[in-house]
Amino acid sequence: MASISLQVNGKAHVINAAPDIPLLWVLRDSLHLTGTKFGCGIAMCGACTVLVDGHPIRSCVTPAATLVGKGITTIEGLSSDVSHPVQRAWLEEDVPQCGYCQSGQILTAVSLLARTAQPTDADIDEALNGNICRCGTYNQIRAAIHRAANLQRQVTEAPVTYEQSGEIA
Amino acid sequence: MSGETILKIDLLNRRDVLRGLGGLLVGFVLPGGRNAEAQRYGAPLPVKPNAYIHIDSDNIVTFVITKVEMGQGTVTSLSQILADELDCDWNCVRTEFAPVDPSSYGPMQGVFGSTSIRTQWMPLRRAGAAARQMLMEAAAQKWSIDVAQVRTEQGFLLANGKSISYGSVAEAAAKLPVPADIQLKDAKDFKLIGTPAKRLDTRDKISGATRFGIDAEVPGMLYATLARCPVFGGKAASYDADKAKAVTGVHEVVRVSNGIAVVADNTWAAMQGRKALSITWDEGPNATLSSAVIRSRMAELAEKPGVAGRTEGDAAGTLARAAKRVEAVYEAPYLAHACMEPLNCTASVRPDGCEIWVSTQMQSGARQAAARITNLDPAHIQVHSMYMGGGFGRRGGTDFISEAVEISQAIGAPVKLTWMREDDIQTGPYRPAAYVKFTGSLDSQGWPEAFVARVVCPSFGGGRGGEELDRTAVEGINDLEYRFPHCAIEFHRADGAVPTSYWRSVGYSQNTFFAECFLDELAAAGGKDPVEVRRRLLAHSPRMFAVLNLVAEKANWGKPAPGRYQGVALVNNLGSFTAEVAEVSLDGGKVKVHRVVCAIDCGQVVNPAIVKQQVEGGIAYGLTAALKGAITIDRGRAQQGNFNTYDMLRISEMPKVDVHIVRSSDAPGGVGEASVPPIAPAIANAIFAATRRPVCRLPIKVSV
Repeated sequence: MASISLQVNGKAHVINAAPDIPLLWVLRDSLHLTGTKFGCGIAMCGACTVLVDGHPIRSCVTPAATLVGKGITTIEGLSSDVSHPVQRAWLEEDVPQCGYCQSGQILTAVSLLARTAQPTDADIDEALNGNICRCGTYNQIRAAIHRAANLQRQVTEAPVTYEQSGEIA
Repeated sequence: MSGETILKIDLLNRRDVLRGLGGLLVGFVLPGGRNAEAQRYGAPLPVKPNAYIHIDSDNIVTFVITKVEMGQGTVTSLSQILADELDCDWNCVRTEFAPVDPSSYGPMQGVFGSTSIRTQWMPLRRAGAAARQMLMEAAAQKWSIDVAQVRTEQGFLLANGKSISYGSVAEAAAKLPVPADIQLKDAKDFKLIGTPAKRLDTRDKISGATRFGIDAEVPGMLYATLARCPVFGGKAASYDADKAKAVTGVHEVVRVSNGIAVVADNTWAAMQGRKALSITWDEGPNATLSSAVIRSRMAELAEKPGVAGRTEGDAAGTLARAAKRVEAVYEAPYLAHACMEPLNCTASVRPDGCEIWVSTQMQSGARQAAARITNLDPAHIQVHSMYMGGGFGRRGGTDFISEAVEISQAIGAPVKLTWMREDDIQTGPYRPAAYVKFTGSLDSQGWPEAFVARVVCPSFGGGRGGEELDRTAVEGINDLEYRFPHCAIEFHRADGAVPTSYWRSVGYSQNTFFAECFLDELAAAGGKDPVEVRRRLLAHSPRMFAVLNLVAEKANWGKPAPGRYQGVALVNNLGSFTAEVAEVSLDGGKVKVHRVVCAIDCGQVVNPAIVKQQVEGGIAYGLTAALKGAITIDRGRAQQGNFNTYDMLRISEMPKVDVHIVRSSDAPGGVGEASVPPIAPAIANAIFAATRRPVCRLPIKVSV
């Protein structure tokens, strides 16, 4: 057994686990963050995607012990009220059907939009080709990413923060 | 729709099911027993109420949904039906999944055969309308006025300038007699039915809050994996658990009916423990089975006369006299369902009862399976239906439920059993492989005259004996909407050694491919346009004819973009009429599907946005099967194991999809399985148009 310190969604956790345990099973079985999904166990489907320092990784094949000192973001940490622009776009497009793959799709999209503010369909296909959706929501995912890009641009062009407007969140 | 509706007022005694106390509960009965679809699945007539509306004093309306959600949108669309007739505020609607309770919900709780809207449409409307009338009566009594003066609006009762919420009279309403004369809305007054209402389950599905079966957590729960014999029908002869037990976190290794289970502190430890098991398998009678052997047996059968199915005119005589005959053999492989959520079940068996938490399409079957294993009274088995990460027919099986219950019983603790993806791909049951031999002929003008098919296919759901016609195995060929002057369909039941089961669109999933492609071969042999041939064969069928014309118009049939080719295919299944045109290009042997146009007449639409989702999703599901899917067998086992060897359609391969829904007031048809069957033949027919070589096998391969 090894003691592993992890920073997940801004909170520090110390886990006692097998030294080679993948992050996925720490998140799901130890930290009860079940929004991250098991799909294949070999990094072929993307259901287990989380962000590490903003970059998407497959948590099913990434040992938790290699992530000490890094910032891990799961779907639960994206926002507390589905207010992240990508979540808002997903909501407006009503993307999910069964929904099982969507945490991974959303986090991959977040990372894409951080790199590429206005992605083309080709950019989207390239970034999300590793995320399988068995329900076939791919066209809705494309539409939602374009919508999220516009939402993010609006935020950038017309920055209204709580501080500036005097409101308290 | 005919059928009795029995209403029952049931105040407070179902508090175990529902949040909160007090308020109006209305139960009702489905007219399912006289429904052909229900009869097909053997569902007896339910005798007691099987769904409920619950109105809290704070005006929150809770609908208890008996049709579980696997992505098909039932939570939303069934709520729309209830809410529209009830005239409540859509923003105040909450939902819960029903428990398994035959006395309340009938003996066959499950989601299968695209039946949810079809069977619930009228009963839910009547339930919603009855509850509204009772609330109006309660308000009338409270205000001492005639009920005719009371009207409703969005969860409120109004009369003479006064207004009161449903919730504040719900308890009084519950004590009133159920109206004998239930007044349903006129279709023109629908406010929610027919609208693209937002899905009620989206918010939780984008925040990680939705609880799928695999997310169940029970105090004291352990985690299990199960090693099964890789050969179909084999079993463990002996095993050595020492190394597995030495893995950190492993608690126990136990033998159950389907294999050797490793129970641990967490899923990872259970996975590692399973790898460390040393098992000697008794591979049983199928140890040398291969796809080649299965295929040669099917080919042999196809040369012999089979059990007669649809027979019209004089097919044999017509073929014997025909100036022009066309013969062809078509084949399709076994397919795994590959739900995104791996199969799993959490079970807690105690001496006095059993609870299971599971994403299942067959809640009743789940309870029966647990009762069979535990020998407990089914009344002491509680099934918690969880959201499903896909179903596609696979979650109609209860094997994974039985396994979890056996393991929990063996170790005396709650346990979550998780299948690995390899278990899912290698265990089956699969959509059956099938083989069809066609013979057709043309009349002197080149129009199809005789259509003869010999279908060779194992039974869906596995090895039922006998030689009778298996209607599921021949659906899509034996019940074609086309009317040929002469037609003869025969059936052979193929070997059932490989486990098979229902797979989204079932027999249509392969038979529509066979029939629609062979029809294009006949059209080509007669020098006819594929759409023109279909119009001629559908003159008697106005709904199928109309979707064919609609899809041809919307796809600009006959005028594909330069370098692209079109193919058309149709299906009439589960109460809906669907036509698709695929626009395809070929780059060497590589097939690119650019665009799919679909026209569907599914009768009355409850939620057009969900219909579109289902149609588009069905096309994506069918695209994987058309372009990629094949389980092949060697040495009695599946040769594929995970998404690296059994790949799924990716976003870069997803075509644009245009869906056109026919406005209709006919009874609702099923949409969950409507669009799957035509996509493979539409693509294959486009390739045939490009190459003039028919595509006779799935998955589609183009030789260059």
